Amino acid sequence: MNNIKKNRWKDQAFKFWGIFCTLLGLVLLAIFIGSIIVDGVQRIDWDFLTSLPSRKADRAGIYTALMGSVWVLVLTTIIALPVGIAAAIYLEEYAKKNRLSSLLEVNISNLAGVPSIIYGLLGLEIFVRIMQMGASVLAGSFTLALLILPIVIVSTREAIKAVPKSIRDASFALGASKWQTVSRQLLPASFGGILTGVILALSRAVGETAPLIVIGALTYVPFAPKSPMDEFSVLPIQIFNWISRPQHGFEVNAAAAIIILLLITFMMNGIAVYFRNKWQRKLK
Amino acid sequence: MVKEKKENIIDSNLQRKHKLRTKGVKVWYDDFMAIKGIDMNIKANKVTAFIGPSGCGKSTFLRLFNRMNDYVDGFRLEGEVTIDGENIYKKKVNVEQLRKQVGMVFQKPNPFPKSIFENVAYGLKIQGLKDKKFLQEKVERSLKRVALWDEVKDDLNKSALALSGGQQQRLCIARALAVEPSIILMDEPTSALDPLSTSKIEELIYELKKDYTIVIVTHNMQQASRVSDYTAFFYLGELIEYDKTKKLFTNPEKKQTENYITGRFG
Repeated sequence: MNNIKKNRWKDQAFKFWGIFCTLLGLVLLAIFIGSIIVDGVQRIDWDFLTSLPSRKADRAGIYTALMGSVWVLVLTTIIALPVGIAAAIYLEEYAKKNRLSSLLEVNISNLAGVPSIIYGLLGLEIFVRIMQMGASVLAGSFTLALLILPIVIVSTREAIKAVPKSIRDASFALGASKWQTVSRQLLPASFGGILTGVILALSRAVGETAPLIVIGALTYVPFAPKSPMDEFSVLPIQIFNWISRPQHGFEVNAAAAIIILLLITFMMNGIAVYFRNKWQRKLK
Repeated sequence: MVKEKKENIIDSNLQRKHKLRTKGVKVWYDDFMAIKGIDMNIKANKVTAFIGPSGCGKSTFLRLFNRMNDYVDGFRLEGEVTIDGENIYKKKVNVEQLRKQVGMVFQKPNPFPKSIFENVAYGLKIQGLKDKKFLQEKVERSLKRVALWDEVKDDLNKSALALSGGQQQRLCIARALAVEPSIILMDEPTSALDPLSTSKIEELIYELKKDYTIVIVTHNMQQASRVSDYTAFFYLGELIEYDKTKKLFTNPEKKQTENYITGRFG
């Protein structure tokens, strides 16, 4: 075999190995989603979405957990969004580039990698105990907001950084103040990127279980929360609860609830991708 | 008393003639000394060109006049920079106010990703001016001034990014004119443009000097000789030679200047 042939053979071999590796993840995920759908899809109907939990599998629904997830999602957004974006703007546009700011930067990136259960412990101590919120929706939302803050900050900074420097120059040169430049140029121009990061962070939050269990979210709540101070459950906890029961009926329920949860996260990711593409085109 | 008065008159005459002045200006970026002590007077209603090889400090020097270096990390200034006799680096100076007086046009056309109208109106809007009619008049007048009005008058709400490079650069000039500066700084305004667009911008510069003091940084020697009344040659952070353009290009005093303009280095 001469050299050219050998190289071509290596090339082909790597190509197929690459295809195999790519498919490995996809196929496994597809098999998993497929089997979940087979198990659960016939269980999904309007009643399943609107029924309260029950001891009888065929009468139980995800209403309280779904509402809990929606409450947590909304409150988490309200808490994390302004704080995260403001922090990102400060770090990117206002903070002097020195040792302190680079230390802050490294730490924020590190925080994104802290296991979520640690955030649960932090939330338990600060929000549930010291601030006496109890195991409420609000305490859960604050905890999840802390959890996604680093992601929001990092992605917002990236989005702001991606705005060409020439835009800043032009704005400043026309006599704009820093805040005018941020609010009239940088934020509108980076809006798509910020939104993408925020939605991805939230889709992570909606799937979180551990920190909410730690702060005392319940596996069984008879009613959907009506105020931020009510007790609550969320979809992943409901799924966990049903999976751990022996009856087959609950397994089917769990599969159906997983489909709903997946739908929610896929939808959120889809929206994120949509906005990213739309705004990238606008910025050329 | 009499003597003092006389000096004052001379001084204010000088001021009228010399729009921009620097005295012993030195600039550092951290430890790097970018400008090594420059005294310079720039005349009102003339076009002054800065030439010199890359990294000679001409852009840094240009950006002193609207304080655009302020945001660069490690920037430090020594000496005096005055506009109409006022030191613009005094503590009390409002930088935003200063920049309304000193417009700037950049190397690459940098319109905002907004409509043509919004681009030109931006400088006025950030001053809190909202009256629609006033803004429309201003936008129209500024666009006419740069000979862009006829090309875009029906598309004022279209994105400025849809314009050609040359049109974008004229839009950027219109945007600067809208806030009524008295000085316009141009940092290689045609380096990203084709020859036709370049000659349009050069014509425009010639037109504008009636009403504005223009300082232009350029890498193009022909451009400097075509558009400017005075030319300054910078090298390694120093002002080597500064004279009437005709004199500097035909009969330079310094050997370095001659070498540069004849293309022997740089």
